[in-house]
Amino acid sequence: MTRKAGIAVLVALLAAFPFAAGEFYVNLASQVFIFAIFAASINLLLGYGGLPSLGHASYLGVAAYASALLTLKAGLANWAAAPLALIGTTLMACFFGLIALRATGLGFLMLTLALSQVLWGTAYRWIALTEGDNGLRGINRPAPFGVSLDDASHFYYFALAVTLLALWLMARFVASPFGAALRGTRDQPRRMAALGHDVWMVRWLTFVYAGFWGAVSGLLFVYYHKYIHPISLSLANSAEGLLAVIAGGSGTLAGPVVGAAIVMILKNYVSAYVERWNMLLGFVFVAIVVFMPEGVVPGLKRLWQRSRSRA
Amino acid sequence: MRFTRRRFVQAVGLSLTGLPFHSSAQASPIRLGLMTVKTGPLASGGIDMERALNQYLKERNGTMAGRKIELSVGDSAGVPAQARTRLQDLVEREKIQIMIGPLATGEALAVDDYIRQQQLLTLSVAAAEDMTQRNPNPWFTRGTSTSSQCAHPLADYCYKTLGMRRMVVIADDIPYGHEMCAGFQRVFEELGGKIVQKTFPPLTVPDYGSYLAQLNTKADGIFLGFAGSNGFRYLRQFNEYGLRGKVTPVGGMTALDEAVLRNMGDEALGIVTSCWYSAELDNPINRKFAAEFRKEWKYDPGFYAAATYTEAAVLEATLNAIGGRIEDKQAFMKAVRSIKVDTCRGPVRFDSYGNVVGNVYIRKVERKDGRLVNSVIHTYPDVSQFWTYKPEEFLKNPVYSRDFPPAKNLEQ
Amino acid sequence: MQFWAIQTLNSLALGGLLFLLSAGFSLIFGLMRIANLTHGALFMVGAYLGATLLRWVPNLWIVALLSGLIVAAFGFLLEKFILEKLKGNVFSQVLVTLGFAYIIADFCLVTWGGDPIPIPTPPSLQQPLRVAGLAFPAFRLAVVGIAVLAAIVLYLFIERTRIGAMIRAGVDDMEMARAVGIPVRRLFSIVFCLGAGLAGAGGVIGGPIMSAYPGLDADMLPLALIVVILGGVGSLVGAFVGSFITAFVYTFGVALFPQLAYVILFLPMIFVIAFRPRGLFGKFAA
Repeated sequence: MTRKAGIAVLVALLAAFPFAAGEFYVNLASQVFIFAIFAASINLLLGYGGLPSLGHASYLGVAAYASALLTLKAGLANWAAAPLALIGTTLMACFFGLIALRATGLGFLMLTLALSQVLWGTAYRWIALTEGDNGLRGINRPAPFGVSLDDASHFYYFALAVTLLALWLMARFVASPFGAALRGTRDQPRRMAALGHDVWMVRWLTFVYAGFWGAVSGLLFVYYHKYIHPISLSLANSAEGLLAVIAGGSGTLAGPVVGAAIVMILKNYVSAYVERWNMLLGFVFVAIVVFMPEGVVPGLKRLWQRSRSRA
Repeated sequence: MRFTRRRFVQAVGLSLTGLPFHSSAQASPIRLGLMTVKTGPLASGGIDMERALNQYLKERNGTMAGRKIELSVGDSAGVPAQARTRLQDLVEREKIQIMIGPLATGEALAVDDYIRQQQLLTLSVAAAEDMTQRNPNPWFTRGTSTSSQCAHPLADYCYKTLGMRRMVVIADDIPYGHEMCAGFQRVFEELGGKIVQKTFPPLTVPDYGSYLAQLNTKADGIFLGFAGSNGFRYLRQFNEYGLRGKVTPVGGMTALDEAVLRNMGDEALGIVTSCWYSAELDNPINRKFAAEFRKEWKYDPGFYAAATYTEAAVLEATLNAIGGRIEDKQAFMKAVRSIKVDTCRGPVRFDSYGNVVGNVYIRKVERKDGRLVNSVIHTYPDVSQFWTYKPEEFLKNPVYSRDFPPAKNLEQ
Repeated sequence: MQFWAIQTLNSLALGGLLFLLSAGFSLIFGLMRIANLTHGALFMVGAYLGATLLRWVPNLWIVALLSGLIVAAFGFLLEKFILEKLKGNVFSQVLVTLGFAYIIADFCLVTWGGDPIPIPTPPSLQQPLRVAGLAFPAFRLAVVGIAVLAAIVLYLFIERTRIGAMIRAGVDDMEMARAVGIPVRRLFSIVFCLGAGLAGAGGVIGGPIMSAYPGLDADMLPLALIVVILGGVGSLVGAFVGSFITAFVYTFGVALFPQLAYVILFLPMIFVIAFRPRGLFGKFAA
């Protein structure tokens, strides 16, 4: 009961947020949502599959570029461009998965990194298509059911709805028998194979699924910023996502969301007050890892349980 | 050392809206935002932007046209997505009425639609051509220059005065580099010269050795369109390969900036560059600015320092012209496009697209009092972004790029 | 002809530099199984320290040694007080190194400012070497020499000393090494120090070519990754061969296919991991 009630209270608070907070904070929250989907999709691979991807910005960036190009250059409406961008990016994930899953562990990390660097370089160089370092601008936000999302709080609710749906579907995925098999391939790949599971196929499907949610976050990203630049495909962007997952707690549902909030608030809010916010970001990561090696969410849970058992 | 103080300013800001301009509005502060880069690889220029702007405000006792100026500074780290969030912060929380910045082209383009949506008065430093050409933003004014504005006159100088006929162009593989090289090529080839080689190494290149080995050494000169540390590194390696005596380097407006020059040695001596500024400029405003800046920070102001110092002067002149009433945005934009103002870079005015018309200086690196300086050797007065072309005809062409104008004289 | 000769020399010089960068990275990776993401930052700190030290000690080689020692000391502290606490948790260790990469980069910006700082070429090596009409920077040839020398010394250290033998045992099979009583913790300390020191010294030796500038760390780290993936984790021979392959591919690649300048380094890497996951000389897949 408490869990469901807690979630209900949380959703109610989130729904009320735009009434209480200024526009800047509403926008900041929207960015946290977008980044949370991105981090949660990395978590599917890292937390449940034991596959550290350092190239997940590929899916965010490619979906964003695809949507931007389809609307700007092909003249499609957003409702038509969005599914095409999602399908295209997911197909790319199918293909990248074939390559990246030839390795596991750090080899997998390097392969995903290399693939994403190729896309990053292409976005910089293929100026006829991507406008290179100028980036693509002039992108419009969609207007679902005739409601313009240009208003900050409208976009907030849109992002919130997509995020809740995304997190729910990802949670369902993890809780399903397939999710159990996925965790099995993380912990006991040999035994899973002996039991007749196709380990590679489990991983590949997860890879594709994670790519799909990366693409969803990319769509939201480009709608939010109305602009896309090659830097969104960069190693730094992928690394930030990975950091958010590990800092929040990989292999937990709330971890990536908390991690995403930490990273976004440090980067976009604290940086207004702390000149050396880059250094602070580094110290926060180090502190989290040293004091809560399993991440903030499991760490806090442990502290909470300890204090309860003492009382 | 920030002038900004948020909370009480916000209270003042709220009470301000809707009041008639002349009465209490005159006494309330103007909230100025500086969008700059203080962390990451572009920080050098961004920090200079803040220092020079602070110096300007200090010299005016923080007051322009009778109103106090409250400065808020945002650090975008040079990342476009972050620039947008920082700007939202400045607009929505700090309630800025006018922005100076941002620094990099990608950032300026990333916030373009937000500037339009907020109708935010903007005095920019970023060089992207089309922001004041084919797709001008009505709220955007640029007191520095477009990418090619200083490259056009340099091409003229190379052909007519330096007597160069065959040249190589090289720049970072970003639109800023492409636009600069394209402008240079257009003027140089229309005069009768030939661009025999065009090279665009990636922005993050580990080593220029491979590019130097391919350099066409039968050319008279090489135009360096680099920005930041890349020009510095390229030139050092250029000397290392013993190319200095063979091909004469000349540089665009950021290739041998004062910021880079102060860490260079004799390898930079004698190199000709063009820019809308030099710390050596001999006008009363600059003599004072450069001397004060040097006294405070122990180095010469360069491109970025002069940029905000110039924009601040433009801001002040415009405010004076409209009696400090920055709340009337239309009047501000109209005034800024009609003023003439003396700045550290010389007299400037603006064309109807919002871009500056001002002097471009041909400079040569010399040693003076033990340090390297960009001595001014020639002045092209009142250079517009369209050079000597008619704006309408200039704008009929596509924007300058890697492939436009097409290079017809390349040699292997 | 001239083109091929110069580009070959260029490749050798870049390869030498890459070896100094990646040898330590590879050893750490091989023994401790972690990708040390501070490696680029340590290289950058080395370069900055070199620029400062050269004002007092006007000899690049001595400065490289000093700078290497300072960075090694830092590496020792990092290993002793942070990484050791996280033993067994590879992801946390990688995250911590990334955190320190942020901290070091910002520290350099605060300390040395945002402008590029040159590291002067030793006076005796400033003039280009001219042979048969070709001019080539003497310093770059010296870098090749240093790299080869460093490779030989490291090779002898790993192959001929007791500690080296223990390191090899650890790279091959950690559990077995532990079981036969090899002090694995001490080895980690030694190897991490050594790797950090090599990066610091490499930053100084690469300095006259690269200079010290903000962003040097991010430019170098991917190169170290590529070399090590190509050559194979934990193998000195692999790092050596991988460095030169990477350098040749890069130098000729950007010259012959300028359109591919951005991706030229990553395509071979994808190919190698996909079809030979342990790299050319690696004992196990990364």
